[in-house]
Amino acid sequence: MQAGELIITDQQGRSGGAADIQQAYKVLEEVMDPEVPVVSVMDLGIVRDVGWADGHLYVVVTPTYSGCPATEYIETSIRDALQNAGFLHPKVAQRLDPAWTTDWITEQGRSRLKAYGIAPPVGSSNKRSLLSGITQVECPNCGSQDTEQLSEFGSTACKSLYRCKSCLEPFDYFKCI
Amino acid sequence: MTKYDELTEFLLRLGDSALIQAQRLCEWTGRAPALEEEMGMMNVGLDLVGQARNWYEYAAERINDDTDTDADTLAFRRDERAFRNLLLVEQPNGDFAVTMTKQFFYDAWQFHLLTMLKGANDERIAAIAAKSLKEVTYHLRRSSQWVERLGDGTEESHQRMEKAVDAVWRFTFELVEKNDAELALSESGNIPALTELPGKWLATVNEVFAKATLTVPDAPNTFYLSARTGMHSEHLGTLLAEMQFLQRAYPDASW
Repeated sequence: MQAGELIITDQQGRSGGAADIQQAYKVLEEVMDPEVPVVSVMDLGIVRDVGWADGHLYVVVTPTYSGCPATEYIETSIRDALQNAGFLHPKVAQRLDPAWTTDWITEQGRSRLKAYGIAPPVGSSNKRSLLSGITQVECPNCGSQDTEQLSEFGSTACKSLYRCKSCLEPFDYFKCI
Repeated sequence: MTKYDELTEFLLRLGDSALIQAQRLCEWTGRAPALEEEMGMMNVGLDLVGQARNWYEYAAERINDDTDTDADTLAFRRDERAFRNLLLVEQPNGDFAVTMTKQFFYDAWQFHLLTMLKGANDERIAAIAAKSLKEVTYHLRRSSQWVERLGDGTEESHQRMEKAVDAVWRFTFELVEKNDAELALSESGNIPALTELPGKWLATVNEVFAKATLTVPDAPNTFYLSARTGMHSEHLGTLLAEMQFLQRAYPDASW
């Protein structure tokens, strides 16, 4: 479509269809997490649904953590990006159930995290691994398995702080939830 | 203050407890014993503010009066007597031992309560509980580890832990008391029966205290204060005076 042309469903404009949903997903691939700017909202798996309702495109997102301060920023970024791509008044709604899990982070998301220096979540987020907390985390810098946890909580709620005993570099680990 | 129904009161009990616990954690900003611990406490606090907001949003929708009550109104425009938080969480932080003891008692209560609420027929409650539980599992793990480490640490840290338990144990009666309103809520099908909560909470305390070489005191007595009726200790008022100052002085201020 041409720049400035808006995707709408009323009399003046073109109606949105299935192809536009594909287009919307492409736009969402480019909306990055403000804290970890190498992963998109699609990589994180927080986009739960995209569709048409009452002539508007809607996007349903789920927050990563209850108190994540980036949630509102991400919602605004999604709205702005879609609007810039020609969608008229896109709506962004929040959904809590089912609760977000790190299992939804895509393979691409995981490799992007690693390349950025953040160890991706290890294994699945079942209750046992959460409670015991025993996790072998690979150093994203040198690949060594000989690492130790410095703190349960890192620079943001979703990460904990580790140190590599081989290359001695500290690093963030994106913890399982 | 409007008389709220029992479900709304229950939501406020959850939301207020999370918010006040978070506010106490924030008081450690800039003065925690180590940078990692400061980040840990702020992260836990942030989770709890988010959880409080989810409970408040639901409570506000149920209240739905003509005054546009929303989550912010509930947090910043209610007086002390309207707050339903546990007495435990409003107690002063004391030293790191008191802070971690309070956190542990509260985390263990949240963990078992949310595990039960996850199965609530009320879908909204079930969703918030399931979401919060993932975070609270981390909180409980961390505070349990600290209780063990300090209790089973040096002579000094062990003594401080004993003092901390002495200081806050009496407020835990609220975590194990039976309550008619909650019984009614479970009978009407809103929430699951919480009859096993006191036993599960105590089992977790026993387990962690055993590893920490700490003695679990006798069952706490009920006393005249009760968060359910808004009868708080003197500490909540000063906490609210600080937390609510901006919104009270400059209503609807934004940046």
